[in-house]
Amino acid sequence: MFRRCRFILLLTALAASIPVTPQAPPAGARFVVVLDAAHGGDDPGARLGNRAEKDYTLALSVKLRSLLMARGIAVVTTRESGADVDADRRAEIANRANAAACLNLHAALASPKSGPAVHLFISSLPSAADARFVPWKTAQSAWIRRSTELAGVLNSALTHAGITVTLGRTSLPAIDSMACPAVAVEIAPQRFADAQDAASADDAGFEAKVAEALAAALVEWRADGAQFGERRP
Amino acid sequence: MIPRHQTVLFVILLLASVIMGAVLWNQLRRAHERLLRGEVSAPTQAPQVAPAEQATLMVANDADNSVEARILTLPLPQNPEARARAVLGKLLDLYAAPDAAHPVPGGANSIAQVFLLPIADAGGKASPAAGQLAVVNFTSAFAAGHPSGLETETLTILSICATLNANLPRVTQVRFLVDGQTRATLAGHADLTRTYLAAETVPRP
Repeated sequence: MFRRCRFILLLTALAASIPVTPQAPPAGARFVVVLDAAHGGDDPGARLGNRAEKDYTLALSVKLRSLLMARGIAVVTTRESGADVDADRRAEIANRANAAACLNLHAALASPKSGPAVHLFISSLPSAADARFVPWKTAQSAWIRRSTELAGVLNSALTHAGITVTLGRTSLPAIDSMACPAVAVEIAPQRFADAQDAASADDAGFEAKVAEALAAALVEWRADGAQFGERRP
Repeated sequence: MIPRHQTVLFVILLLASVIMGAVLWNQLRRAHERLLRGEVSAPTQAPQVAPAEQATLMVANDADNSVEARILTLPLPQNPEARARAVLGKLLDLYAAPDAAHPVPGGANSIAQVFLLPIADAGGKASPAAGQLAVVNFTSAFAAGHPSGLETETLTILSICATLNANLPRVTQVRFLVDGQTRATLAGHADLTRTYLAAETVPRP
């Protein structure tokens, strides 16, 4: 018994003496995408006709997950039901998954002047060099460059699909704490003409088009990642 | 038997008392009416006696997610806090117009107050070199009526920060309150718990 304890202590001491350095993922590491459907629980988000944003984003997350899995991409979702998940928990899920990309999904009514569109946002935190320890609330600052690149890939794919895209920066606690390339995607479908319908055929078509374009962009992002061989910022 | 002169004196005094009572009641009624008139006609906006000056408004546009400078001539008070409120009021009036490129209901009355506070330097003392912190206090009606969405809320916040920076260069930081209280988000998205830099990058058209 005493020998066993001594062996464990020896192993612990040996492990403690090894300096912990950020490790590059081994070759062939899983390419994981985190889909973060915004809102949930008591927080319905925006009203889209008679549909809440939390339901819209959850449905989009499920649809996008199917498309990505069909393309051989591993997907982790932050919520699978209407339950609320706080911002820290969302970031924690993304950071534990060692995600290669994280999409924070939102929805809002389209501007009456611009029509249906997709708005891409990266964190407004200033870019900072990667460090061994980073503050939780500004973890994304080391990933701004990669997030900008991810937003560029998403922008190209969506524009190629004929979708109007705007780019911007915003302050979102969930994204600011993520240590991975992260982009907030706000889908602004056509205004709902009939409040009785959850979504018109056009809106469903737009949603499907956006999901296909996002899936295509993430496939391209995976190819880019393999080419550059990096996951660190 | 009461002497005649005493009766006459009593009647005169009684009449004088009644007349004085009537006069007092009338004056009281008039004073009350004056008070009520004063409350109703109290100006809700600063009288436009200030000289007209050029102000730069950073106006948001939902169509291309941009903020563009627009120069207008407005009567601006000399007091910096009143000046900040007047400029932001005009900006929100533009957003409340029917053909606004960034439609947000509410208008100028949506801003209850703007406070300008000195920022402490590294030693903890207020320093003019460190600039000023603007605290913008929205009404709860504005927050309740603001359209919910990442783009629209972000544009509102950024355009307010940029407008303050353009007209009051000493303002370097901006915080937001709703009815004097801190609030997590404006309408479900834009973070109101953080301090924004007035010179925060705004998306250009």
